[in-house]
Amino acid sequence: MPHVGLFIPCYIDQLYPDVGFATLELLEKHGCTVEFPPAQTCCGQPMANTGCTDAAIPVARKYLEIFSKYEYVVCPSGSCTAMIRQHYHDLVHDHPDFERVTTHTYELCEFLVDVLKVETITGSFPYRVGLHQSCHGLRELRLGSASELMQPRFSKAGQLLQGLDGIQLVELKRADECCGFGGTFAIAEEAVSCMMGLDRVHDHEQAGAEIMTAGDMSCLMHMYGLITRQKKPLKVMHVAEILAGRQPKN
Amino acid sequence: MTTTKVRKHPVNAAVFVADNDRAHWHDQALWFVRSKRDKMAATLPEWEELRQRASEIKLHTLSRLADLLEEFERNATKLGATVHWARTPAEHNGIVLSIIKKHNATKVVKSKSMLTEECHLNPFLERNGVTVTDTDLGEWIVQLLEEPPSHIVMPAIHIKREEVGDLFHKHLGTDAGATDPPYLVNAARKRLREEFLGAEIGLTGVNFAIAETGGFVVCTNEGNADLGVSLPKVHIACMGIEKMIPRLKDLSIFLRLLGRSATGQPITTYSSHFHGPMPGGEMHIILVDNGRSDILGSEEFRRSLHCIRCGACMNTCPVYRRSGGHSYQTTVPGPIGSILAPSRDAKTYSTLPYACSLCGSCSDVCPVKIDLHTQLLSWRKEIAHRKLLPWSKRMSMTLAGMMFQRTWLFTIIGRWGRWLLPKLPRFMVYNRFNDWGKQRELPPMPKRSFREMYAERKRDR
Repeated sequence: MPHVGLFIPCYIDQLYPDVGFATLELLEKHGCTVEFPPAQTCCGQPMANTGCTDAAIPVARKYLEIFSKYEYVVCPSGSCTAMIRQHYHDLVHDHPDFERVTTHTYELCEFLVDVLKVETITGSFPYRVGLHQSCHGLRELRLGSASELMQPRFSKAGQLLQGLDGIQLVELKRADECCGFGGTFAIAEEAVSCMMGLDRVHDHEQAGAEIMTAGDMSCLMHMYGLITRQKKPLKVMHVAEILAGRQPKN
Repeated sequence: MTTTKVRKHPVNAAVFVADNDRAHWHDQALWFVRSKRDKMAATLPEWEELRQRASEIKLHTLSRLADLLEEFERNATKLGATVHWARTPAEHNGIVLSIIKKHNATKVVKSKSMLTEECHLNPFLERNGVTVTDTDLGEWIVQLLEEPPSHIVMPAIHIKREEVGDLFHKHLGTDAGATDPPYLVNAARKRLREEFLGAEIGLTGVNFAIAETGGFVVCTNEGNADLGVSLPKVHIACMGIEKMIPRLKDLSIFLRLLGRSATGQPITTYSSHFHGPMPGGEMHIILVDNGRSDILGSEEFRRSLHCIRCGACMNTCPVYRRSGGHSYQTTVPGPIGSILAPSRDAKTYSTLPYACSLCGSCSDVCPVKIDLHTQLLSWRKEIAHRKLLPWSKRMSMTLAGMMFQRTWLFTIIGRWGRWLLPKLPRFMVYNRFNDWGKQRELPPMPKRSFREMYAERKRDR
């Protein structure tokens, strides 16, 4: 039985507790012993992506120390997982736990597919769903094939969603364009960020999606903000919520 | 153009985005080119292998650039060309002018060269009484408009054809209101032909210089480079020192990648090889450094010199497509430009590495596998390290770092925030200090955090 340390990104902990619970339930349902070490806070990405390495290093150290005792660490965010796996090297490569913890930290869908070898998840979700391929999961963790690369097409989240009864994954005009969240980019480049987000929302609308899902709640938080301001009927749900059997709220 | 004040990228971008229809038109035009590239790349089963090879050849080339440049100089000289070395734009421009003066010339035709844009050659020559005509159609359009190019491959991609119609009406006397492309192109061709016939000197850029042969290759779709150097007796070719490739047989890899990546063509219409001057003519090759050696010396950023100037990173960049090339205020805009510009002047261009959502599309589209988005991230570190970040950004990140180190503080701030926000009147949350809230709602604030609910569940079990 895999012993999993659950890493819930800071904003999911504070703003989307149910995404955390959906993740927890999914892992338990698939036979993991899951523990949420309460000392955790953040992976350090906001500071690191702004260039403030000095502010990010102690946060990255803290992460390594908290999660060193687990067999695996699983996180419902491609972006935070990519931060740990791809960018901790620049911050904390000299830490004794660096190698083990960073190579054993997984994004949720990746963990289900690659480690637990889950092929289908039972459940029903009778809606038209647009899968927004969040960039860091896609291009840094390779959770799916990026449209720029000439390689066989795949998507780990898509594969899991596809197994649900009644679900219909819609085809987008732009398979994997960025939504424009980008962390502090959402604030610093507000105009471009919002235009990108609205374009992404329109693409899902024209494809007939009722629900927009993604492996990263941050992308969805940004697009939820735009959708709600414009009073659009489109809804957002994290992949974990759909896979854990949640249904859209009215 | 050179005296324009450089503003922050978000300021320029917001102006571009404000014209929503135009911004969307621009986005679509470039996305169309990106889609053509995808289709064309998909026809080659060996596409990813070609990218890998090209990247390795460039890596090799840069590791012995000095030797290859000297080999090129020897071989080009043997072919009868004169090779000049310029450390700075001023040296480059001086060399060009001295060649022009030597021939008592006043008329130069130029095919597209981003290097001469980088050196601001046109205004320099014009100040010295030389008439320069850009003969690439797009480049000529922006020259008539007295604007810099907004894209390195499609310099006038930001101009609508109605605007070209107006411009040609004013300068060439075409019919008012005419927008028919063949009609406008014919008018341009007629005028440019006169320029070609009257020119005393032909100036081109260089796409690839081949060390083992001393020859070089210029790629165009309009054949303007060929005409421009076939009529005048003097050919000046200007190139950045990173344009080198070791062997002729390496060329095919780059030619196959360039056209497909740039415009979705299997190859550029003209890929012209030059080996020494024409009989009775002169050929000058100017090798320009302008900061490239400094980039080569940086382990972090040297891979940016792999760039073959295909523009694919611009076409794919969701920020470039929506903010326009001019928003960068650099000769080379977009992702690659946002790496090159701070290498020359980090203070002036400090906002460019942040004009990026770190989506990584540029790195995956790049035919020579430059890790563009990672280098942009590296530039952010460099900018913070050199204390070029605005105080507010630095301070907020330091405070965030302090909070995330202390679990109790993070938990308390989270709890207070979730409690307080829903109680505040709307104007106190959504106002001009809240950039998030200009167009976006904040998420609903849950009563309890995950950690609170989890602790409760643990107690109950």
